[in-house]
This record gives sequence, C-alpha cells and structure tokens, in this order.
Amino acid sequence: MNFDRAVRRKLFSHGMTVLSGLAIVVILVPLASVIYTAVVLGSSSLSYGFFTQPLPVPCTPHLGVSCPTGGVAPALEGTLILIGLSSLFSVPLGVGAAIFSVEYGGERAGARIIGLVADVLSGVPSIVAGVFVYILILYYDPAIVFSTLSGSLALALIMVPIVTRTSEEALRTIPQSVREAALALGISRWKTSVRIVLVGALPGILTGILLSIARSAGEAAPLLLVLGNGCPHPFEGIYQEGCALSLWIYLGATSPDQNWIALAWGAALLLVALVLGLSLVTRLVLNRMARRWKGSE
Amino acid sequence: MTSANPFPAPSSGGRARVPKWGDRTFFAVTAAGAVGVVGLLIAFVVVLYWGAQPAIEMLGPSFLYTKTWNPSGEVYGILPFVAGTLITSFLALLIAIPLSLGAALFLTQHAPAWIRGPVGQVIELLAAIPSVIYGFWGLIVLVPIMRYTIEPNLWYYFGWTGLFSPLFLGLDVLSASVVLSIMTIPTITAISRDSIAAVPRSQKEAAISLGATDWEVSRHAVLPYARNGIVAGVTLGLGRALGETMAVALLIGGRNAIPANLFSQGQTITSLIATDFFEAANPTEVPALIEMGLFLLILTLVINLGARVVLSRFQAGRGVGVE
Repeated sequence: MNFDRAVRRKLFSHGMTVLSGLAIVVILVPLASVIYTAVVLGSSSLSYGFFTQPLPVPCTPHLGVSCPTGGVAPALEGTLILIGLSSLFSVPLGVGAAIFSVEYGGERAGARIIGLVADVLSGVPSIVAGVFVYILILYYDPAIVFSTLSGSLALALIMVPIVTRTSEEALRTIPQSVREAALALGISRWKTSVRIVLVGALPGILTGILLSIARSAGEAAPLLLVLGNGCPHPFEGIYQEGCALSLWIYLGATSPDQNWIALAWGAALLLVALVLGLSLVTRLVLNRMARRWKGSE
Repeated sequence: MTSANPFPAPSSGGRARVPKWGDRTFFAVTAAGAVGVVGLLIAFVVVLYWGAQPAIEMLGPSFLYTKTWNPSGEVYGILPFVAGTLITSFLALLIAIPLSLGAALFLTQHAPAWIRGPVGQVIELLAAIPSVIYGFWGLIVLVPIMRYTIEPNLWYYFGWTGLFSPLFLGLDVLSASVVLSIMTIPTITAISRDSIAAVPRSQKEAAISLGATDWEVSRHAVLPYARNGIVAGVTLGLGRALGETMAVALLIGGRNAIPANLFSQGQTITSLIATDFFEAANPTEVPALIEMGLFLLILTLVINLGARVVLSRFQAGRGVGVE
C-alpha cells in the first residue's frame, strides 16, 4: 500500500517532467513553422528585381496579359530611412536618460523612477504610439500627418524605453571602482562619464540600439495610422507619404492579388531575417559583455 | 575642452572643486533626457485625453456601457471591443500559462545546461518575430488547421458547453487567441524562468530531504516561492496581449459585436482602431476611436505598473536573499 503510493508518486513526477519537456516542443513548433513558411513562400520571389523594382500596381492576370512582377524596393528603402530617423530621435533621449539615471541618480529614488517609467512605457501598445503622433502632428501641420516623419516619430516612441533600459543596464555593468579610479586621477566628472564609462559601456548600448531597431523595424500598427501608403519610388522626402516592409506585408496579406501576396511573403522573409539576425547578434554581444566585466569586480 | 590633461595640479582647499561648466552642461543635457522620458509618459495620457475630448464631451459615460458601434448614427459604445479584447487576452493566457510554466520548470529543474541556454534563447526569439508576420502566418497556416481540424473536433466533443458553434471559419476569436498565446509565451516563460531560477537552493533541498519527488519539489517548494515573479510575468504577458494589433486585426474577422462564442467573429480595441481609423464614416468617429485608445492606454499603464512594482521588489529582494 505504502509502496504503491511511492511508485505512484514517482510515476506522476516523471509524467510531469515529460509534460514540461513537451511544453517546450509545443512552444517551438510555431517558431519553426513561421520561419519555414517564410522561407518556403518567400524565397520564390527573391530575385534581383525584388530588391530594385517598385511595387506592382494591383492587377489581375486575364485576357492573356500577365502582370508585372515588381519588387519591394520602396518598402525596403522606407524601412531603412525610418530606422535611421527614429534612431536619431530616440537614441539621444534614451541614452541621456540612462546616463542621468546611472551616473547622477546613484541610490536616490529619482533614478529608480526612470527605469520604472521606461519599463511602463515599453508596455504601451504600439498602436497607441501611432494615435499619439497622429494627434500631435495633426495639430502641428495637417499636411504632414501621413509622412515618413510621422512614422519615424511613432517608431521612436517605441524605441525610447528599450534604448533607455538597455543603456542603463550597460552603464551599470561598469564597476564603480573604474569611476572612482578616474575621479581619483582628477578627471572631471563628465569626462569620466563620457570617455571612460560611456566608452566602456558602448558595446552594450549599441546592442540595445540594435535591439530597439529590431523591434521597431517589425512594427506595423503605428505606421498604419501615420505613414500613409503612397509607397513612392524613388523616395520623395520625409514630408511625403512613406512606405515600410512591415506595413506593406499587412497590405499584401489583405490584398486579393496573388502577385501581391507572393511579394508580401518575400518581404516577410526579408523582415524575419533582418529582425532575427539583429536579435541574435545582440544576444551574442550582450552575453559576452556580461562575462567581460565579471572578473573585474 | 582641448586641454585634456589627465594629471591636473591638485586644487587648493580640502573640499571638492566647484563643478565646471562642462560638468554642469553634461548634467543639464542628461537631465533633459531624463525629464523627456518621464515627460513622455505624462504626454501620452494628456495628448490622448486632449484628442479624445470631443468624444468624451459628446458621449459621456455612456461610451463605457453602450453595446453598439454605429458611426453613421453617432452611437459609440466600447463594450463589444472590451469584450473582444478581454476574451482573446484571457484565452491566450489560458493557453500560454501552462505551456510557459512547463517550459520554465523544465529549463530550470530538468534540462542539462547545454539545452537550457540555447533553448531559452530560442524561445525569446519568438518575441522578436513581428506581429504582422504572425498574423500573415496565421492566415496561411493556422486558419486552415483551425477550420478543418481543430474547430470541427472541438464542436464534436465539446459542443455541449455552449462555447462553440457549428460554423467553422477559422477567422475568429479562437484563432486570434491562439496567435496571441504564441506571442505572450516568450514573456511569461522568460520571467517565470528567472524567478524560478532565483529560488534558493535550500528551499529545494529541504523538500528533497523530506522525500519529495521532483514534481512535489516543484509544486510545493519551488513554485510557491517564485509565485510573485510568475504572477508579474503573467501580468506583463497580459499587457502584451491587450495591446497586440496586427495579428489580431488579420485573424479576428472584424465584426463589431460582442462575440457570442469562441467561433464568432469579433473585434478588439486595437483591431478596431487599426481598421477603422481611416474609414471613419463620420468625423465624430475619430475622437471616439482615440477615446478607446485612451482607455487601452490607461488599462495597460495600470497593468504594467503593477507588474513592474512587484518585479522590482522581487529583484531587490533577490539581492539580499540566500543563494
């Protein structure tokens, strides 16, 4: 009777272990499926023209006329410009806040607030960032509501908390003794911050920026509200309607046009490769960073 | 600035030098960044309130309990979308929590080190895949599976619960929830794994010494200890699910009514904003949509603030705790 119970408990325990292992398998199936689908459906549209041609006009092949294939050049271009502009807006703000929090905040409550605010901001739904920018720009100048500029502002709002948080963590990896050594040599405080602490934390900060780029490059919801979908080729300037891979995937996915759907899968493959590549690189660097300073404490 | 002499003459006087302009400027610039980040949070609420004001004045509290959304008749009620958002998010958590906890337990308690690191990283990659791609994948891969396999079986075996209907489209509340669960799993798994890993070894050893099996150690010694962290992780997952837009907009079917069952089409707060913002039939619809955005913003702010406060307390405690 007692022996039975022990066996039952053991068996139950083993069963739960197997189940928890199975959970991992179940979790990994969608990831594998997403990547597999993107590669299988997307690779067929990859060609030289895919990267250089403008988007095709909507068209249904009939009466023996075939549709022009086209490419995603304006979307690719637009995504790169959006990344550049939104980094320009978000990086100084985020890194500045992080420096203030780590270098001047010390143990004061004020410093904790910045981290907390960044964490809470990172939970703001991305579409709300789109609504926010829409209201502001509509007030500022209704003519440029739907523009690359508005789109990059919305993406910058998504990037700021990520940049702040990761920069803060990177700055904190620099041991206090390094700062003290610099100050003891008579180096002024801001030079210590810039030339010693910031330089030491630079790899970490850069990976944080890359991480935030990976996140914002995939965002489509805020762009749906403020980017417009003009997709001009070549690029017409930041005050005109813009184009982005992520938004274009949505437009392709909801289109009845087979040609568009195929191209959207090509764009999806490109975006998955970009985002996963950036994430992998950042993880590798972050791991190395964590190890580097460990010995010096 | 050019004279970067690292060895300046010792300053006279025992006390530290008065900060030079360089120090002051640097302080001011970084402080501006800090104020900017904090100000951003306040600006979000203020600007959205401002944008929503016409709707708030026009509709008053009826906005919160009206069950219809009819722009041409200027009747705006948030209820169908709150229902859609809450149903999809909670269903997503229902699917995600057991899987995430199982994965977190396996990674921390059972997996050898060579599995733990890589698999943990790969699960976090799930979070990196853009929402719109999950939606697109859902349309092509998930919808047919739901329509032809899962939904008929659910109806056949569990139709008596009243949760399902014999109309299998695949573009419905259930499909949206499944994709949402995939998107919340990395968050919940990562935070649960970290909080489980932070459980002191002595806690486990005590249970083992009493003759507990692996499962009993996890169930009675590890999980209760890590409970706060797990709850915070689940809450953050909920926050993510509430705010997800593109995948839901592609999969939920887009019907502005409270879903009758899990196979009904519905609409969430985010998916309505995404699909209706430009097709606003009536100029009064845009402020009403902004008011929905404000509602969602406040909801997610409260949820995230709660989870973060719990987590930071837990992280602060971990520093002092027994390793």
